[in-house]
Amino acid sequence: MAIHLKKTTKVLVQGFTGQIGSFHSADMIKYGTNIVGGVTPGKGGMQHLEKPVFNTMKEAVDATGAEASIIFVPPPFAADSIMEAADAGIRFCVAITDGIPSQDMIRVKRYMRRYKAEEKMVLTGPNCAGTISPGKSMMGIMPGHIYIPGNVGVIGRSGTLGYEAASQMKEIGVGISTSVGIGGDPINGSSFKDHLEMFEKDDETKAVVIIGEIGGPQEVEAAMWAKENMSKPVVGYIAGLTAPKGRRMGHAGAIISAVGESAAEKVEILEECGVSVVPNPSSFAPIIKDVLDKAS
Amino acid sequence: MDIHEYQSKEILSEYGVPIAAGGLAYSPEQAAYRATEIGGNLWVVKAQIHSGARGKAGGIKVCKSEDEVAKAAEELLGKKLVTHQTGPQGKVCHRLYIEAGCNIEREIYMAFVLDRSKESVTVVASAEGGMEIEQLAIEKPDSIIKVAVEAAVGMQPFQAREIVFALGLDKTQVNQAVTTILGCYRAMRDLDANMVEINPLVVTKEGNLLAVDAKMGFDDNALFRHSNISELRDKSQEDVREMNAADRGLSYVGLDGNIGCIINGAGLAMATMDMIMHAGGEPANFLDIGGGASPDRVSKAFNLVLSDDNVKCILINIFAGINRCDWVAEGIIQAVQKIDLKVPVVVRLSGTNVEQGRKMLEDSGLPLIMAETLREGADKAVAEWKKAGK
Repeated sequence: MAIHLKKTTKVLVQGFTGQIGSFHSADMIKYGTNIVGGVTPGKGGMQHLEKPVFNTMKEAVDATGAEASIIFVPPPFAADSIMEAADAGIRFCVAITDGIPSQDMIRVKRYMRRYKAEEKMVLTGPNCAGTISPGKSMMGIMPGHIYIPGNVGVIGRSGTLGYEAASQMKEIGVGISTSVGIGGDPINGSSFKDHLEMFEKDDETKAVVIIGEIGGPQEVEAAMWAKENMSKPVVGYIAGLTAPKGRRMGHAGAIISAVGESAAEKVEILEECGVSVVPNPSSFAPIIKDVLDKAS
Repeated sequence: MDIHEYQSKEILSEYGVPIAAGGLAYSPEQAAYRATEIGGNLWVVKAQIHSGARGKAGGIKVCKSEDEVAKAAEELLGKKLVTHQTGPQGKVCHRLYIEAGCNIEREIYMAFVLDRSKESVTVVASAEGGMEIEQLAIEKPDSIIKVAVEAAVGMQPFQAREIVFALGLDKTQVNQAVTTILGCYRAMRDLDANMVEINPLVVTKEGNLLAVDAKMGFDDNALFRHSNISELRDKSQEDVREMNAADRGLSYVGLDGNIGCIINGAGLAMATMDMIMHAGGEPANFLDIGGGASPDRVSKAFNLVLSDDNVKCILINIFAGINRCDWVAEGIIQAVQKIDLKVPVVVRLSGTNVEQGRKMLEDSGLPLIMAETLREGADKAVAEWKKAGK
C-alpha cells in the first residue's frame, strides 16, 4: 500500500512553469508520477509539459480532482502557496522550497489547525527532497532510480543523506515502501512521529528507518512515541556527532541550541527507547537487514 | 544574523522597552565626550562584539570619571576579546557603547525564543537574572517561567501579567514590565527576529525597570523583507571564511581538524564528518556546496577549504542525483586543473552515472585518490593525513 503516495495519486505542481518547477515536473512525469496539471497565477489556460495550467489551486482541484501537490514556489511566497493548497482540499503536500521564514511557517501551522483531523492536509517539508513510493510515484527532486520497492519505510530530514541510505539499501537488495523527506527547517510541516504513526498502520511496511540530525526535539519525541506505540522495529541514525554547539550546520534547523539537541544525547535516548541505532553512516544497510531478518 | 547590543537597544526602545541613556563611540575622545553628554557620575563602557559573557572577558568597565571612560575606551578599542561564545580566536572590538550606570536592586532574565516543539514564540523568564540560561536550566530549573504565544492573535496582556507576577515584581512596576514584555514580542514578530534576550532586566534602587543588556538575532530567511535590519550587519564580527562562503552561496563552518571536506547536502556533510571521526581523523570544516555541485561551486569550495592552513588532506563526497556523476567529475577536473594542489585529494562519487564519473576522474591523470564507499573515503582520507605527518 505504501503511505501518502500511490500510483494513481493525482498530483498538482505549484510553481509549475518556473525553471525549477518545469525541470523536476518533467523528471517526475518520466518516473510515472500522475501529474495532472499545475498552478502559476496569471498563466491559467496555458498548456505546460502537455498538462493544463491554472491560476488558483481551487480551480485546479475542481478541474482535476487532484489530492496532492508539490511546491516549487520561491521562499517569499511559499507559505501562502501552502495555505492555498490546504484550503483547496489537498490532502498531501510536499514543499520543496528552501528558505521560508520561520514565522511564516508558524503561521502556516497555526492556519492548518482550522481543519478537522480527517480533512487536514499532511504537509512535508519545507526544505526537503520530497516523498517517493518506489515503482509507484515520486513527488520530489530525488534521483528515482536509487530507490527499489520493498518493505522499509524511511523518514529523513536530509536529502543527500537519504540518498546515501537508499543506495546502500539498494546495494544489498533491501527495498523501500515509502521514503518521506520532512526537511531541514526548524519548523516543519510534519514530524518523524507523524509519519511513524502512518507507517505503523501500513501493511506493506515491516520496519521504519528515521534519519535525523542535530537540533530540535523531533527525533526524541518520535523515539518515545515508538517505544509506547510501535509494533514494528525502528532503526535510527543521527548525523552531527562532530558538530559544535551553537553553530548552524547548513540546514536552518541543524543547530544545537538546547539541552538534548546534540547527536550524542539523541542517540542515547533513541537507544533507551529500543531504536536500533546505526553507529556510523556506512552501516545503514547491515543494521536494517538485521532488523528485517529478526522481524520476519 | 546577529546585531550589536546598542543596535538591539535602539530597536527595542522604539517598542517601549526602557533603556538607560547611552551613545556610541569609536575613539577614547568620543567616549569621554559621550560620558559628558550623558551626564551623571557613573558610566559603563561596553565593548560591542557579537557575543555574550563580555563581562567575564573584560569587555565591560564601570567608570567614575570622564578620564576613566577615556582610559577604558583606549584599552578596549582594537582589543580581541575571547569568550566561550567567540571560540579561541576571539572577536575584535571596534565600537564602544557608553551608557549611564545604574543602582541595581535586582536582576531578571528574560528571553523570547522560537520554540521548536511548541512551534510558537515562547517567553522564557526567571527571577534569577544575570546568569546564562544554560546555567539556570541546570542550577535553578524551577525558577524558569515559560509562556507560549498563540500565533494567530499574538501575545496578550494577561500573559505578560502572569509573567510579571510570577517574577514577584512590585505592583508599581507592573505596567512598565507589561509594556516591556509586549514590546519585545512585537519587535520579534514585526522584524522576524528569532531571538530577543534581555539579561539582565534590572530593577533599580529607585524602582524602575531597565534593560541593561539586550541581544537580538534575526532569521536570515526573512531578511529579504527587512532591509533596515540587513543594514545592521557588522562584517567585522563574522568569520572571514564563513562570510566568503555565504557570499558565494556555500555553507561553511570552520573546525579544528586537518581533513578538509567538500560535500553536497547538509545531512551528508555532517554524516561524512562523523565518518571521518569514526575512522580516527578530525574534520577541518563543514562545507555544504548544495545539491547541485556545479563546476563553479566545486572550484569555489576548493579555494575555501585550501585557505585553511591546517588542511592536510581533502575528502570530496558527492552524491550526484539529477546532476549526474559525469557532470560532477567534469567540475572536479576543471577545478583541480586550475589550482596548485599541494595536499592529497580523496574523491568518493556516488549516484547517477557513477562508473562514467569515476572513469573520467581516473583518466584525467590528476593525482586523485578514488574511493567507492563512504567508509573507504573516510579511511583513505585519514590514512593520507597520517602519511602527511599529521
